Amino acid sequence: MSAVLHVEDLSVHFRTTLGVVKAVDKLSFAIGEGETVAIVGESGSGKSTVALAALRLIPDPPGKVSGGRILFDGQDILTLPDAAIRAVRGRRIAMIFQDPMMALNPVYTVERQIGEVLRLHLGLSKREVIAEVVELLRLVGVPAPEDRARQYPHNLSGGMRQRVMIAMALACRPKLLIADEPTTALDVTVQAQVLGLIQSLKDKLGMAVLLITHNLGIVAETAHRVIVMYAGRKVEEDSVARIFKDPRHPYTQGLLDAAKWEETEGALLREIPGAVPSPFDMPKGCSFAPRCFAMLPLCRQEAPALQEIAPQRPVACFVAQKRQI
Amino acid sequence: MSFLRAFWLRFRNNRAAVGGAAVLSLVVLLALIGPFVYPTDPFDMVGRPFMLPFDRYPLGTDVAGRDILAGIIHGGRVSLLIGVMASLAATVVGVTLGALAGYYGGLIDDVLMRFTEFFLTIPSFVLAVVLVAIFSPTVVNITISIAVVSWPSVARLARGEFITQRDRDYVQGCRAIGMPDWEIIMLQILPNALPPVIVVASLMVATAILTESGLSFLGLGDPNRVSWGYMIGVARTVLRVAWWMAAIPGSMILLTVLAINLVGEGLSDALNPRLKQR
Amino acid sequence: MTGMPAETVLEAIDLVKHYPVKHGLFAPARHVHALDGISLDLKRGETLAVVGESGCGKSTLAKCLMRLEEPTRGRVVLMGRDITRADKRTLRVLRRQIQIVFQDPYASLNPRRSIGTIVGDPIRLHEPLERPARRRKVSELLETVGLGPEFMDRHPHELSGGQRQRVAIARALAVNPSIILCDEPVSALDVSIQAQVINLLKRLQRKLGIAYLFITHDLALVQHIADRIAVMYLGEIVELADARATRASVLHPYSQALFSAAPVADPEAAARNTRIILSGDVPSPVDPPCGCRFHTRCSYRKDVCVAEAPALGAVAGRLVRCHFAGKSGFPPAPTAAAAVEAGKEAP
Repeated sequence: MSAVLHVEDLSVHFRTTLGVVKAVDKLSFAIGEGETVAIVGESGSGKSTVALAALRLIPDPPGKVSGGRILFDGQDILTLPDAAIRAVRGRRIAMIFQDPMMALNPVYTVERQIGEVLRLHLGLSKREVIAEVVELLRLVGVPAPEDRARQYPHNLSGGMRQRVMIAMALACRPKLLIADEPTTALDVTVQAQVLGLIQSLKDKLGMAVLLITHNLGIVAETAHRVIVMYAGRKVEEDSVARIFKDPRHPYTQGLLDAAKWEETEGALLREIPGAVPSPFDMPKGCSFAPRCFAMLPLCRQEAPALQEIAPQRPVACFVAQKRQI
Repeated sequence: MSFLRAFWLRFRNNRAAVGGAAVLSLVVLLALIGPFVYPTDPFDMVGRPFMLPFDRYPLGTDVAGRDILAGIIHGGRVSLLIGVMASLAATVVGVTLGALAGYYGGLIDDVLMRFTEFFLTIPSFVLAVVLVAIFSPTVVNITISIAVVSWPSVARLARGEFITQRDRDYVQGCRAIGMPDWEIIMLQILPNALPPVIVVASLMVATAILTESGLSFLGLGDPNRVSWGYMIGVARTVLRVAWWMAAIPGSMILLTVLAINLVGEGLSDALNPRLKQR
Repeated sequence: MTGMPAETVLEAIDLVKHYPVKHGLFAPARHVHALDGISLDLKRGETLAVVGESGCGKSTLAKCLMRLEEPTRGRVVLMGRDITRADKRTLRVLRRQIQIVFQDPYASLNPRRSIGTIVGDPIRLHEPLERPARRRKVSELLETVGLGPEFMDRHPHELSGGQRQRVAIARALAVNPSIILCDEPVSALDVSIQAQVINLLKRLQRKLGIAYLFITHDLALVQHIADRIAVMYLGEIVELADARATRASVLHPYSQALFSAAPVADPEAAARNTRIILSGDVPSPVDPPCGCRFHTRCSYRKDVCVAEAPALGAVAGRLVRCHFAGKSGFPPAPTAAAAVEAGKEAP
């Protein structure tokens, strides 16, 4: 399986009035054709920054990609000339965001907005555009698509807007879809609809998906592989089937424990004490050490590097690395 | 980091604002201690009219032989005094009415807003002229007139802020613990509503100075005081032969107003966005 | 649970709240039916969870119970006293009994006040304590929620989301309430912090015997924390049951869909779970559907559902609002085909 997206040692930093923040620190991963890879993390983990970086959408200033390569179909996104990156965005890599109301322009009709993508990238004529827009709306499950096409975003419900955004993203049949918290702003029942839709379309179009989320339930249901990020670094990567049963990094273990609401009815949950450190005040050594139940003295002195404790299972933790499999 | 310190850091980084603040401080200094350092009465005829600057008198004399520099110094006092006091009065009245309208809504809001809008429909300078003409022109009356035409925009702004804040969770939380209304308005919401009001109030000082200058230029200023506008008015007829008599006070107005605007913009940028660590 | 019947500390009786919708001069008056006849009771020391999606009215319910909004009709009874029409002075005293913790930790604390002042406000308003005694009490409260005394002089923007929620909880505790309304208290927090705050709430309940009305949309959390669960849809309660009973089964089709829609953090269970995906979106509360409000999205809809609105009836030890509740085999377990069919949007 060839890699659709190959991220190598990506580093992104932001300049703020209080100093320089390393949002992403030497991140590497790959997404194969038709694969769904999820990046899981909490606030400050850098996961949303990764999504923006993949399309070179990091605002500069104050942000800057300070290192690494992002290879898409053999080319480095980060060094493409402007015209070339514009040809990639929306056409070969598409992105959907968390809040569909913010992503849709309130003064243009649905047809105009989806049509924009088609006109820009595929050069379709006006009549072809209208027909294609209706087809796309049908594809994403919007009823009465001819009528809906002529409506404005505020006429639509949250779930429908998200479908419109998905239609826009899929208009040019991209090879990779980046979904940044696509269902966080939606109700649970609508979330189920949208996730189901993304799954079925993915299969139909043979797309790869990079899913950014903090919701482990969604990861369990939709992803093949998951990358766990903490404070800008990857701390564990594994297949979804295995990681839920046998997480190796203490942070991953803590996250899974904290999500086990049902099993601990009545009793207290196992919690991760403390909070994510401020990026201006990163602890020496492993950034998770102050909150870690398995901390060793070594963890406070040196930051652990990613090491495969088994094929395809990198973990950045001394404790996990010392353990026998 | 405390709010004040972060605010100061941001303000300090804005070079234009700092420049404006420096110029403004000089003008204020001039107005405060000038009359002690240079005690010449601006109404005194000290020499021949039309004397050129840098001769006997640093800025020369005007059409009636009065010392221009004395006029600048004393005029500065008048302009700044009226500007600041009018702005202050307008802010107090405007914030009070706007807060009540915004917090209570309903009938109170409707009545107060109609009242405010009534004032907003009348061109402010024209109204000021009318008011000063009806009530004799004195510094106090001029200040009041300018305040009267300025308060509506503050009221509208304050009302908007209060409406926004009123539904915020922290206000609901205060109501939930049984806090009386006046305390919520004064101690909880007001400190949050003030930043944009401060910015508008500071810019209003500039407008007030311009209005006062305009009134004085038209001869509606206090006849017992020299102000910059008055000096321009006096020099109007001799503009072609003695342009500096109008240019000098005019430049002072320009400089002061510009400085205030820069400071106001700097305040606005420094107060917004508020320090949010997210 | 003890054998003694616990007293009822809070009761809502047929609460109705309609908001007028501003329309053109000549259009007939329309209303948002935020709450339409909500009746529930909260017993001392228990946790009653209210679940539902946007537009179901759960936040409005909290506001009406706290008298932050005036109910259009119906009654609110607090500690046995009817407070629906109570005047300001009576309310002020009664407000000590019931407090609220809001969802957004970034909006629920006044950014210009220090933590010590914020937590001290309720004490200042209700108890005649001198400043040093008050500060001591504030320090104790902060400790109870796991924050050290150094937080007293800090401002909200210096605290993380989880810390702010702790402050909000400390403020709620300041007047020793018997009831705390929690309106999505952890939704805006990171997952690992959610566990901390939930554990804190549980510990406080055990220690102080506080009753919680817990509003949330997180169905997994509900199973963990609730004694009883009320499911709301479009301003009505559609099911009210013991939490334990709902683990085994739910009787209302909406509850069924809701619980099955929640993503499960277990890939094997997820693969086994045949999800019911509801068609369409939640109808607008301005014009709720006639008959049963859920009929537009219900896979088991029959003619009677459109014609007649079902009442909340007692079935198998719980309350359910459905014509077919209690019939054996209802609601049926979902089949894969039915799930796919229902997944399409309704016109």
